[in-house]
Order: sequence, then C-alpha cells, then structure tokens
Amino acid sequence: MKTVEPILLSGNLAEAYAIKQLDVDVVAAYPITPQTTIIEKISEYVADGELDANFMLVESEHSAISSCLSAASAGARVFTSTSSQGLLLMHEILFITSALRLPVVMAVANRSVSAPINIWCDHGDIMPQRDVGWIQLFAESAQEAYDKLIQAYRIAEDPEVRLPVMVNTDGIILSHTYEPVFLLEDSEVASFVPWKLYPLRLDPENPLTMGAFGYPEYYFETRYQSAKALEDSINTISEVDEKFGEISGRKYGTVSPFRCEDADVILISMGSISETIRATVRKLREKGEKVGMISLKLFRPFPFKEMISLVQDVKAVGVVDRAFSPGAAVGPVFNDITSALYLSKMSVPCVNFFAGLGGRDVRMAEVEDMFEKLKEVANTGVVKEHRYYVGLRG
Amino acid sequence: MKKELPYWDEMEQGFVTRTLTEMINKTGTWRTFKPVIDHSRCTKCRWCIIYCPEPCIHMEASNSDEKVIIDYDFCKGCGICAEECPVKVIDMVEE
Amino acid sequence: MPFKSIKSLEERPDFFSPGHGLCPGCGAAQIARIVTKVAGKDTIIVTPTGCLEVSTTTYPATSWKVPYLHVAFENAAAAASGIKVAYDALIRKKKISKDANLVVLGGDGGTADIGLQSLSGALERGERITYICYDNEAYMNTGIQRSGATPYGAWTTTSPAGQKTLKKDLMGMAMAHRVKYAATASIAYVRDAANKVEKAISLGGPSFIHWIQPCTVGWRYDPKLTVKISKLAVKTGLWPLYEYYEGVTKLTVEVPKRLPVSEYLKLQGRFRQIMNKPEELAKIQSYADGLAGKFGLGPVAQ
Repeated sequence: MKTVEPILLSGNLAEAYAIKQLDVDVVAAYPITPQTTIIEKISEYVADGELDANFMLVESEHSAISSCLSAASAGARVFTSTSSQGLLLMHEILFITSALRLPVVMAVANRSVSAPINIWCDHGDIMPQRDVGWIQLFAESAQEAYDKLIQAYRIAEDPEVRLPVMVNTDGIILSHTYEPVFLLEDSEVASFVPWKLYPLRLDPENPLTMGAFGYPEYYFETRYQSAKALEDSINTISEVDEKFGEISGRKYGTVSPFRCEDADVILISMGSISETIRATVRKLREKGEKVGMISLKLFRPFPFKEMISLVQDVKAVGVVDRAFSPGAAVGPVFNDITSALYLSKMSVPCVNFFAGLGGRDVRMAEVEDMFEKLKEVANTGVVKEHRYYVGLRG
Repeated sequence: MKKELPYWDEMEQGFVTRTLTEMINKTGTWRTFKPVIDHSRCTKCRWCIIYCPEPCIHMEASNSDEKVIIDYDFCKGCGICAEECPVKVIDMVEE
Repeated sequence: MPFKSIKSLEERPDFFSPGHGLCPGCGAAQIARIVTKVAGKDTIIVTPTGCLEVSTTTYPATSWKVPYLHVAFENAAAAASGIKVAYDALIRKKKISKDANLVVLGGDGGTADIGLQSLSGALERGERITYICYDNEAYMNTGIQRSGATPYGAWTTTSPAGQKTLKKDLMGMAMAHRVKYAATASIAYVRDAANKVEKAISLGGPSFIHWIQPCTVGWRYDPKLTVKISKLAVKTGLWPLYEYYEGVTKLTVEVPKRLPVSEYLKLQGRFRQIMNKPEELAKIQSYADGLAGKFGLGPVAQ
C-alpha cells in the first residue's frame, strides 16, 4: 500500500510491517518485553495469510537464534527479535552466526539487564554483544526502525557481506511509542531486497560441512575472515543507505551530525536520546550557542573515519553512554570514540556522560547541563571530571 | 599430501568444507595389529563390513567372483572384524 | 521390514568417510555410518558438540558425504528443526523443489543434559526430525566426566568413587512428549537398529532413538569388544530393545533368558571397583530386573 500520508505505528509494529513486506521464510522467536509486540503482530500476519512464513514458537531465545541460524544455513530468509535477558541468552550463538557468515536479521528492542529486573530502555543488553561480529545499526525513531530493517536484509544478504545484522531500537521509548511512519509499497521493498538462493547452503545435491572444528593453524584465519568482512561491510552499508534514499527520500548515514559545522562542543549519542539532544541543540542554537551533536547510527563496524572528520575542529566532545562497563575507565561508546581520536592523533578533551539507565528519563534540562559542562571544558581546556552520572542520586 | 596452509581469503566463506577425510588422513598408521582374511574360508557374510567403524572393509567384485577387501590405508586395527567374524577367518597379525 | 538381510544393508552406499579421528573400535563411528547408510543421500546431519563432531570435521576435512551442520553443544534439536522448517517454507514457496531428511546424532551430554531443553522444545512442537542419541554414558570428548546418563556404579573422572544415581530415563521423557516414534537400539542388533532408523525417518518425526554406544576409552575395554558389549547390554536386560509407536510400546528383540548383569559389567574397567561388592551388583541387577519386568524380558538364566 502506497502511503503518501504517514500511518501511526509503534516502532515494533513498523518493524513487523517491514518483515511482512520482506516476505521472510522463517521466524523463530520467544516472548520478552518490550520486543513481544513485534512477534505478536507477525503471528497475526502469518495466521491471516498475509505473510507466507513458518513461525517457530521455540522454548527459549537460545533456540530462537539457533533455529534462525540453521534456517539461514538452509537458504531461508529469517527473522528473530529479542531484548535484554533474551539477548544475553543468545550471546553464545551470535558469535557462531557471524563466523558461519549467515545473514540472520534480528530486531533488538534495547532494554536493561537484570538485576534488578527492569523492563525499560538502556543499552546494557547490546554492549555485551559488541564483539560478536554482527553489524549493529541503531534507530532513533519508528520510521528509522522500519527503514533500517529493510536495509538490514539487503546488507546481510549481499554476497560480499554475508553477515548477521541487528537493528537496535530503544525499548519502550521507540518500541511502544506510536509515531507517524511512511511506508514503502510492497513491490518497492521486494525489488529493493530481492531474494536469491545462496549457493553455500545445506543441500544434498551439493553436500558441504558447516561448523567444522578448527585447529590453531586454521582458527585465526577463520576468525579473521569474518572480522575483515565486518570491517569492510561499512562500504555496503553506506551504499545501501544511499540506494534506500533514492527510493524513499530517507537516508541516515553511518553518523548523523546536526549543527556541527562551526560547533565548539559536540555531544555524541546513540538511539532515541539523540532526539532529545537534537532538540536541545536547536534550542541552544537559537540562543546563539555554538553547540552540535552527532547521532551514531552504526555501532559495528564502528565508523571511525566518518566520526573523526566531524570532530576535527571541536574544543570539547561529550559522549553519552546508556550502559555501564563496570571496572573500565570509561563507557563503551566513549571507548570507541577516544580510540578513534587517538588513532588520528587528535587530542580533543572528552567527557563521558552515563545517562538514561533502566529507562530513567533524560530531559532537555539535563542535556543543557551536559553542554554546560562541555563548554566549561572548552573554555578552560581542562577536564576536571571525565565521567558524570547524569541524574544519579547521592 | 599436506598442502601449504591456505590464506584467510582462500578459505570459503564461513569456512565451509567438502574435502573428505579419506583424501587427506590415512589412519592406517595408527595400527599395531593388522586383520588378515583367509579368503579360502571366507563365506562373504558381510558382518565384518557392517561392523567396521571406519569404514574400510568392502566387497570387491572381480570377474564373476567377489571378495572382501580391507583398505589398510585406513584400518586402525581395532579387531572388531576378527572378533565378530562368525567363521573366525580373520587373524590379527602384529605388524 | 526393509532390511531382511545384512547384505541388503551392506549394499546401501556409505556416506561416512574413513580417515576420521575417532578411536579404534569406536561405537559412535559405527552408529554414524549405519545411520547415514539407512538415511541415504537426501539427508542433512546435525550434531551437537562432542566426540563425533570434533573427530569427523577437523577443518579442512570432513567425513560427511551428506550436508552437515554443527552449531553448539546444547542446540542440535533447535538447529535441526530450523533447517527442516526452512525446507518446508522454501518448498511451499517454490523456492526449492527437493526435500531432505533431518537427522541429529547427539551424545548423551548434548541430549540428556545440556541439550535437553531444546530437544524437549523440538519434540513438543512436533518437528519432523529424527533425533538419535548415541549414549556412551559420560562426557567422553572432554575426558570421561559423568553425565545424567552415567549408570549406577560407573567410574568416571568426576565420579571416581562410582556414580551414585541411576541414569536418566531419556526414552520415558521422549514418550512423555507423545513423539511419533521412539526406539532403543544396539549395534549388536544392527538390522533391528537399521529398521528402526528407517521407520523413524519415514514416519517423519518427531522421532527419537536411544542407541547404546560402548566407548573403548571411557568404559575401559579392549576395542575389539564393542559389539560384544553392545550385545551383553541387551542380553542382561540393561538395554531392552523396544519401540514406541502410536502409544504402544513393543519389544523388538526377545530375551527369553537373561544373563546376570555381572556378565556385562565384568568386561568394563569402569565397573571394576564394584565387581567385588555384592550389594552394589545386587542394586544393578535389581535395576535390570525392573526393566525386564516392565518390558517383558525373561528371567535370569541359572
């Protein structure tokens, strides 16, 4: 259905709609809040005959990802989605999926991890998955979740890439909030992501062994092969985004800067918090303050070059981490940003803000306060405190 | 023949493989005792073939006759064939 | 019965290549070979992590002439079902035309312990897979540690004083899932086993076969005795050969006169420490007597 007018959809329902249009063959999933409404909606599509897929109602997320992996190894287009503890339970199999080069696509409605149990948004579930070898895209709206999921299949199934992709959307905030979403025509989606039977599949006509045992003289090369594919995939990711822009008028980039041109200070963030930061930048700019922000759209592979080019002439950089990395000097996103700066021989003062854990709201006033701290660093050139815990009591 | 080890980009995507172990791994070197069939008394009942775990025993047809053959390239010398031979015509001989 | 003679089984082509790294006399190799012979070309094999997996797929070589997938230790049933479900979808959507049999070959650790949850899920969902457990009664690949399938009295590296509990009733669990077909097997009764594999596959599944697999290293016996010990397990009543189909359990190999369990135990070094303990032997004998009563085996021959 062509919609010139947008339709009101939650992030989850927009993603479910994309899956229907993508004509996936196998869905295997297990309920967990806040992801569940995606698979409920897909169940309806399957039951109503709107999506010709086999839906496996498995007994755990571990089996969900295992079944998706193996269904992909048979040549099917697959989908699963999860959150929080479910993603942690999948952890082991995520490494195997990328090493076997299987184009599994998963929607993650990002949620905190226990304990204490908490069903609201943060990035505590995704950060332990940094090194699993998956492409990790971040959306900051329901529209973007829909668009990214369509892009994800084209990226994953590219013969050069052949890697699994996660589309991250902030749980509750994006998964459950209804927003106007522009949808593509079914035929547009079908021609944007055409299905092809992959030759290296489990097929009795052409028997092959998948998942062999690797002695030390082979292990290094096998792991390097998938790591290199992940690093190189950034080109395909950008190309797919460009091509998607041509059919939809919407493209996002691997990093999305806002008012960075002449900014003295910049805040970098991922996910829905970027919307709040963008609004704050707009407000502060009206007051004449030279502030900017960058929304990180691609977390793995990390867009080092793109990021560096944006912060070259900045006096202070702030990085928002929506997850802890206990015992580490800094948060996970900060770690990547500062590595990128170091490798480019840039010594921009950086400050790490931990914010929005377990669904704690981050308001514009708090973002303004972050900018205040960055401005102080910019003015003095001194980082008094390199970590701030935004809104933490005590 | 052990070929030179492949570079990472020479391995197939996802390190799938199709080279059979029989092409590169001759397990016959593991053997201490070697099964020897007395063909004159062999009834060709096929029990040795069925129970061989490798498998490295097979029936070979020649002219109008057929004969049970052990492939010593792979036989590890476990002795199951000799033990299970119903007419006891396989001897385990030390090598 | 499809396999009326040994010849008819022998004549089926092999899909299991020699040159694998399994021990001389390995029972798992025998099982893998017979299963692939029976299942035939249009079969996909899935194994969890274990001896069979590491010894037959050392990159860059493989012993499998049919498609093969290994993912991890605890998810073979989920992995096999994923492939089957994918085949169903792809055939229905006319993306491919030819179907395949899905057969899992899992050890007892990957089946009775760490893989039990995914197996239960697959059986409950009615997945059309055949799950075969080659049961060597311990974690042999990691060096003979006890599993939930280790029998009473058996030495392992983590039960040095002998296993203190009875082994898990995997068949009971499979039947409790109302599977399409379930059966026990022993390589010493290879036609019985082959017929069961054929039946399990042809019925579509979910099917479960519990196959006793003597392990030369872990059970501590001379490799030539693998078949003999497999036979004694049946003859002593410790491994009754039966099948379950349409709610009915039926013995497939009669044992009119049982041998005392000591005949089976004495050949295996893992039971050495209990061979001079009559009270321990009596416990195992009584376990066998219980199975005999349940499945209709004969009395112990005097």
